[in-house]
Amino acid sequence: MSGENIKLKIRSLRKTYGSVVALDSADIDLRDGEFLTLLGPSGSGKSTLLWAVAGLNDPDSGQIWIDGREATHLPPFQREIGMVFQNYALFPHMTIGQNIGFPLEMRKMNRIDREKAVMRVLDMVKLGHVADRYPQELSGGQQQRIALARAFVYEPSIILMDEPLGALDKKLRDHLQLEIKHLHEQLGVTIMYVTHDQEEAMVMSDRICLMNNARVEQIGTPEDLYFRPNTVFAADFLGESNLVDGVIREVNGNGASVEIGGAGLTRALPNPDLSVGDRVKLMTRPEAIEVLGAGESRPNEVSGILREVIVGGGATKLFVELQGGATMRVTQLTRAATERLSPGVELRLGWEQHAAVVLKHAELESEL
Amino acid sequence: MNTATQDGSRAPSRLSRLVTRHGRIAPALIFLALFFVMPVSMLFGLSFLDSDGALTLEHYQRLWDKPVYLKVLGITLKTAAWTTVLCILGGYPIAYLLATVAKTTRARLTILVLMPFWTSFLVRTFAWIVLLGRKGAVNTFLLDIGVIEQPIKMIFNFTGVMIGMSHALMPLAVLTMLSVMEGIDANLSKAGSTMGARGGQTFWRIYFPLSVPGIAAGGMLVFITSLGFFITPALLGGARDTMIVQTIIFQIKEILNWGFAGAIGVLLMVAVLIIFFVYDKLLGLSTLSGGEATRAASLSKNPIGYVGAKVGGLFTRGMGTLCEWIGIAIGRLFPRRADKRRADGGRIAIWMVGLLMMGFLALPALFIIPVSFTESGFLGWPPQGFSLKWYQALADTPVWINAALRSFTVAILASSLGMLLGVPAAFMLARSSFTGKGAVFAFLVSPIIIPNIFIAVGLFFLYAKIGLVGTTIGLILGHTVLAIPYVVITVLAVVKGYDQNLDMAASTLGANRKQTFLRVTLPMIRSGMIAAFMFAFIISFDELTIALFVTGGEVTTLPKQMWDDALLRVSPALAAVATLLLLFMSAFILVSEIIKRRAAKRS
Repeated sequence: MSGENIKLKIRSLRKTYGSVVALDSADIDLRDGEFLTLLGPSGSGKSTLLWAVAGLNDPDSGQIWIDGREATHLPPFQREIGMVFQNYALFPHMTIGQNIGFPLEMRKMNRIDREKAVMRVLDMVKLGHVADRYPQELSGGQQQRIALARAFVYEPSIILMDEPLGALDKKLRDHLQLEIKHLHEQLGVTIMYVTHDQEEAMVMSDRICLMNNARVEQIGTPEDLYFRPNTVFAADFLGESNLVDGVIREVNGNGASVEIGGAGLTRALPNPDLSVGDRVKLMTRPEAIEVLGAGESRPNEVSGILREVIVGGGATKLFVELQGGATMRVTQLTRAATERLSPGVELRLGWEQHAAVVLKHAELESEL
Repeated sequence: MNTATQDGSRAPSRLSRLVTRHGRIAPALIFLALFFVMPVSMLFGLSFLDSDGALTLEHYQRLWDKPVYLKVLGITLKTAAWTTVLCILGGYPIAYLLATVAKTTRARLTILVLMPFWTSFLVRTFAWIVLLGRKGAVNTFLLDIGVIEQPIKMIFNFTGVMIGMSHALMPLAVLTMLSVMEGIDANLSKAGSTMGARGGQTFWRIYFPLSVPGIAAGGMLVFITSLGFFITPALLGGARDTMIVQTIIFQIKEILNWGFAGAIGVLLMVAVLIIFFVYDKLLGLSTLSGGEATRAASLSKNPIGYVGAKVGGLFTRGMGTLCEWIGIAIGRLFPRRADKRRADGGRIAIWMVGLLMMGFLALPALFIIPVSFTESGFLGWPPQGFSLKWYQALADTPVWINAALRSFTVAILASSLGMLLGVPAAFMLARSSFTGKGAVFAFLVSPIIIPNIFIAVGLFFLYAKIGLVGTTIGLILGHTVLAIPYVVITVLAVVKGYDQNLDMAASTLGANRKQTFLRVTLPMIRSGMIAAFMFAFIISFDELTIALFVTGGEVTTLPKQMWDDALLRVSPALAAVATLLLLFMSAFILVSEIIKRRAAKRS
C-alpha cells in the first residue's frame, strides 16, 4: 500500500452505549479516491463507525486520522468531511440554493462565488432549475440528488453516506446507484458508504468492509468477499451459499481434502487457519455447482436425490438431498418445462476445486 | 296507494340517514349552541342595549370617554405581552432540553412540567405568597444571611404579577413549543455541523428557525390566556395591576351594569382579534400545519410577513455569527485536542438552564406543605412548631367539606356529560369526512380559546333568566362546556392513532359491530378514554371563573371557597386546603400520566 495516499485511518476504534458495545476494535484504511462500503445487518456497527468518522458520536477509545491529522475527538465542523443522510436532512426552511450554499457560507465564501458553485453542482446532478424551490416540493429522488450536491459542493476530503438510498424504491435506487458511482469516478472523491443491501455494496464498491456484531468481519474487494469469504457469516451474508458440515482429512500445498457427511471426500481451497481433524463448513455457491450428465466429470462430485425444483424467473433452484442428509442448492438458468428435471430422480453434482471454500465451523467460532 | 307507501317508507329512511349522519356530532353542537354561543352572544348583545332594552352605543361612548378603561386595557396588554415574553424565554430552554434528550429521559422530565401545569392556579398562587411575602421564605432567608436589612417587596406589585403569571403559563408555552420541536429532525443540526457550522450557527440558522412556529403558537396561546387572567393579578398584584377581566367582574358583581360589562368584553375581544391577525401575518400561525415550505411561501406574499421574514433572517444570521465568534474565542482560549475527549460545555449549560427553569416550575408549590403544619395563626416563614390544628379546623368546618364534596360531584358529572357529548363527536371527526369538518372542530374547541370570563358572565345572565343561578346543575352544564374541547382533542388523537384495519380484520374473522367494538376497539382505546375523562375532571375540579358567577351562597366549590377566603386573608387553614389539593391533584395527574403512557406504548 506504500505510495498510496491514505485519506482515512481508523485504529482500534471502540464505542459503547451504556453496556452495549456498538463498535469494537475497528481498523480500516481508506485510500484516496476509494469507494469503501460498510456492509452489515442492522446493529452491526456500520452506522456507529460512520458517525464516529463524522464526529457525530464520541468514541470511547481508538483513533481516527483524516488526511494524516488526528481527528478522533474533533467536532464535526473541524473535520472537512461531507455527509449524506438517509433521510437527506435537507433544511426545510431554506431553498435548494440556500441548502447547497450553506456549507459554502459557513466557509465564508462570498455570495457571487457561492451562487456560481451552487449552479455548477446543480447542473452536475441535472437539477439546475430547482434552486429557488423548497425541499418538500421535490420528489424523493430529486431530494437525494440535492443532498449529494450539497455534500459535493465544498469538495470535502471524504464524503460519508449513511444508507442514502434506503428510502427510495427499487428502480430509482438502481438508477441512483449508478449515478453516485459515476460522480465518484468523475470527481475522484473518496467515499465511505453504509448499506445493508449486499447487492448495492457489490455494484458500487471498490472494497467492502463487512461488519457483524460490532466488529469488522472482513475487508476486501467485492470479488474477494464473494468468492473467498473468511467466515460462515460472510459466506451467508453475501449471495446464496451452500454450507455443508465436514471434517478436514488432509491438507497440502494446493488444497484441503474435506469429508462431508456420507458424501465422500472433496477438495477445496486451503485455509491456513485450519488443520487436519478440524470440523468445518464447506461453502459452495449454488451457481458454481453443475448437474452432471452421463460421462461428465468434475474434480469434486457428490450424488443425491432431487427433492424440489423452484422456478424463479430467469433462474431455477434445485434442492438436492445428499446421502448424509445435507441439502445442497443448485442454481441453473431456467429451461422450458419439458427439459426440466423432476423431483425424485437421482443426480450427480460436481464443482471445480476453486469453487469450494473451507470455513471455520460457526458454532466453534463463537466459542472462541 | 303505491306512491304513499313509497313516500311512507322513504321518510323514515331519510330520517334515519340524517340521524346516523349527524347523530353523533349534533348533540355536542346543540349543547354548545345553547350553553356557549347563546350566553356569550347575549352578553355581547347587551352591550348595544340600554337599561330599557333599546339599541344604543352609550356603553361604548362611556368606554371611550373614561380613560380608565383604555388604561386598564393597556395594562392588560402590557401584562400579557410581558408574560408571553417571559414564558417563551424561560420555557424555550426547557422545551429544547426535553426535545433533545433521549426518549425515556424526556418522559420523566416532562412530568416536572406537567405537574405544575395541572396543579391548581390557586394553589400555585398561594405558594408564591408563602415564598415571596414580607415574611415569606425568600425574604426570611435573605434577612438571615444578611444580604438585605429590610424585606423586599416582591408581591402586590407588577413583579409579583409577572412571577405568578409566567409561572402559571410557562408549562403551556413549553408543551406547545415541545410539540413543534419534537418534529424537528435531529439529523438537520448534525448535517449542519458536518458542513462546517459551529454549535451556535447550527442552532440559530437551522434549529431556531424551525422552532419558530412553536414559539408563535406557544406565544399566542400564552398571550390569549393571559388576557383572560384575573386570579394571579388579584392575589399577587397591587391596585395598579388591575386587569380588564377584573373590571368586568366588578361591573357585574358590584354595579350590575351588564351592558357596560359586555362592552368591556367586546373591547377585549376586538383587541384579541387584532393582535391575532397581526401575529398571524407576522409569524404565519394559520399555516402552521402546512409545513415549512408553505409557511415560508405564504409569509413572503404579504408585506408584514415579508418584513418579518427578512428581519427574522437578519436576526438569526446575526445571532449565528455572534455565537460563532464566541465559539472561536472559546476555541482560542481552550483549544480542542483531537486526542482527548472533552465534555460538551454547551450541552452542560443547556442542562443547567433547563433544570433551573424546571425547578422554578415544580418547586414553589412544595412550600405550601410545611406552612400548613404551623402552630402560628399567621402565614409566615419558617413555620412555627408542628400542629395538625389547621387540618382539624377544616374537618370541623362544614363549608369546606361541602365545597369539596360539591367540587367532586360536579367534576364527575361534568366530565361524564362531556364524554357523552364529546366522544361521539371525536369519533365522527376522526373517521368521516364531511364538508365543514375543520369549522366543526374549531367550534368544538373554541370554548378553551375564548376567555372563560365571557362564558361565565354569559351563563350567569342566561341562568338568571331560567332560574339556574346558584344551582349545581347550572355549574355542571357550565363545566361541561369547558370539558367538551378537552375530551374532543384527547379522544380525537387516540382515535386517529387507531388502525381501523384492526376493526376490519375483526369483522372478517366473524365479529359483529358490537363485538368488534367491545373486544377490539375499546380495549385499544380505553386508556385514551380514561385519560380524556381525567383531563375533563381536572378542568372542572380546578375551575374558578364560572363557579365564581354561577354559584352563590351555600352552593360553593373548593376553588370558589379558596378564592373567597384568600381575598379576606391567606391563612394557614388555606395552606392546609392547598396541601390536600396539591397531594390529591398530583396523585391524580401521575395516575393519568401513567395510563396515558401505557396507552402510547401499546399503539
